[in-house]
Amino acid sequence: MLADALRSRPAGFGEVLAVADGLDDALVHGLARLDDDRAAALEAVAAAFGSSPLAGRAADAIGKIVAGTVTDEHLAALAGCRVALLGAAHDALIAQFDAAAGRARDPRPAPPGPAEPGHLTAGSRSWLRELALAGWRGVDHELAAGGAPAVRALLAEPTGRRLAVLLDGFGAELRSAAPVATLPRVPVRRWADLWTRALVLSQDGLPAEPSAPAEGRLLILGADLHEHPTVFRCQVHALLETGAGVRLVRTSVAAAKVDTISGPSAWRMLSAFPILLGALAEHRSVEVAGMTLTAAGDLIWDESRARPGEPADPFTTARVLLAEAVASSTAPLDRHPAAIAEPVLLEGGGFEVDTERLPAAGPLTPELVAAADAVLGLLRFDGERWVVQPLAVRATVRKKPVVAHAGDWALGPTDAKAAKAEAAAGGAVEVLRERAGRLLRK
Amino acid sequence: MTSEGAAFERRSTAPVMAPVRARKLAKVPFVELAEGRLQGVVSSGSDVERVYVSSITAAEHGLSCNTNNNRPCGGLGGGSRPCNHLKALLEAALAQYGVQRVARYLKVEPPSGETDLWPALHPVAAPQRAAEVFSSFLRHLAYLEVPPTTDPLPDLQWFPATSQAVR
Repeated sequence: MLADALRSRPAGFGEVLAVADGLDDALVHGLARLDDDRAAALEAVAAAFGSSPLAGRAADAIGKIVAGTVTDEHLAALAGCRVALLGAAHDALIAQFDAAAGRARDPRPAPPGPAEPGHLTAGSRSWLRELALAGWRGVDHELAAGGAPAVRALLAEPTGRRLAVLLDGFGAELRSAAPVATLPRVPVRRWADLWTRALVLSQDGLPAEPSAPAEGRLLILGADLHEHPTVFRCQVHALLETGAGVRLVRTSVAAAKVDTISGPSAWRMLSAFPILLGALAEHRSVEVAGMTLTAAGDLIWDESRARPGEPADPFTTARVLLAEAVASSTAPLDRHPAAIAEPVLLEGGGFEVDTERLPAAGPLTPELVAAADAVLGLLRFDGERWVVQPLAVRATVRKKPVVAHAGDWALGPTDAKAAKAEAAAGGAVEVLRERAGRLLRK
Repeated sequence: MTSEGAAFERRSTAPVMAPVRARKLAKVPFVELAEGRLQGVVSSGSDVERVYVSSITAAEHGLSCNTNNNRPCGGLGGGSRPCNHLKALLEAALAQYGVQRVARYLKVEPPSGETDLWPALHPVAAPQRAAEVFSSFLRHLAYLEVPPTTDPLPDLQWFPATSQAVR
């Protein structure tokens, strides 16, 4: 059983996370106020890179930070150390999973040259530096809101979108938690994760992601939904059947929104993607031709290169093809245990099911999950354990078979009660669009 | 596998923010806790082109209410007794964020079980902030104009969509 094979942790796993935890703890009270214990924890981070290529930069940057000089360059090196630590933990977990599940995975191709330098990230770096100096406990309303100008500048540029979406979600969280000094508990690892990723994305000359055109039949496994106050995203996990074999891929569509648009009506914000949403709601395959597939396994969705295909049941797809599908390796800077999301079909349990990741925008409920005899989901690693996030369940409710998929409501709720609620809440989108139309262009 | 899992502090997806609760937007299309104020926009009952821009400052509970054209609200009249717009604003904030978060922001401690915050507030008149609040509303609306994206956005793994029933 997969669950048994994943019961133990890879060698050195706990030690690596302990080093990262030391770094995270230093960010709680801020780099401007390091006591001896926290300084020692940071020095342990530098020591962990003893014989690696990062050793020199890590020791230099951390030495300067401990001595009280915190520059953008030192922070970039510190973030780089954390990416490397969590990345190593990620790699060990993925290797363990691949061996246990028998999943084949392509190695990472050689990187192409660096991308064009960005010009918009200085504002983001300066906010992230202030946060690091003050520490989470030092975040007040003003500091929490300090990232907003950077977000606005980044949102105006297509290439700035990824960082804008991350900073906006992070900022909203800090604003809701401010003043953090009086908060009973701080999400230490989570905020260190978000800070690190934002800081890395704020560097110039990040490597471009290699990609190639792809063609074939896209068989959907399920939809993973993501949301924060100003974004709603549907990430579809699927198998791409090509002449060369079957690949595990993801494809993503995301819309900007506001906090009052949530739940099933958030799908309305994705109406620009009728073929993908139709395929989710109607359980169809999609024929794609000439779409870009990245080395990390992301198919860059393009409605103009997609054609609706035949009906296809995700459970059948998983049962017949998932075992032979070849996965991709995560991009180097994105490696992190929390980034692991491996599609699995479980017909007999074994894993704890994560009922926190059941979106309001779909029909999956804790009751349905509890009654499930088959779960098609994503195996994730969070909170030091493997858990399954259901994307679809097959259950027996009142002696009748029920099948529910997270993306079933992509074209609107199929359940009468939910449809009524959506019609009422969906008015939010219309009200705000009307207000925007009347007030925005003056 | 451990049965307990890790502490909140060591979870990458530790839930921090309760999702905003659905509410009707026709009367109060916008409310936020920002810039040291509970502030927002209340639609005029009589004129679709007009909105009222209302705010309550966090610690002093200073009230202000003006139209988007900077005319003072007749109901408030520069005083410290809330007009209907301010009442609607606070009601919308409580519906959207829950009484706890609003009370924490306004630095009041209502008796437990209390669902109305007015008795706990000691309002005073405050200088108007209509221009700032209105531009914040326009920035909020501007999100609806941002085009959708097909970028893979790997960082959203940290932001799972959850059920509003949770927490």
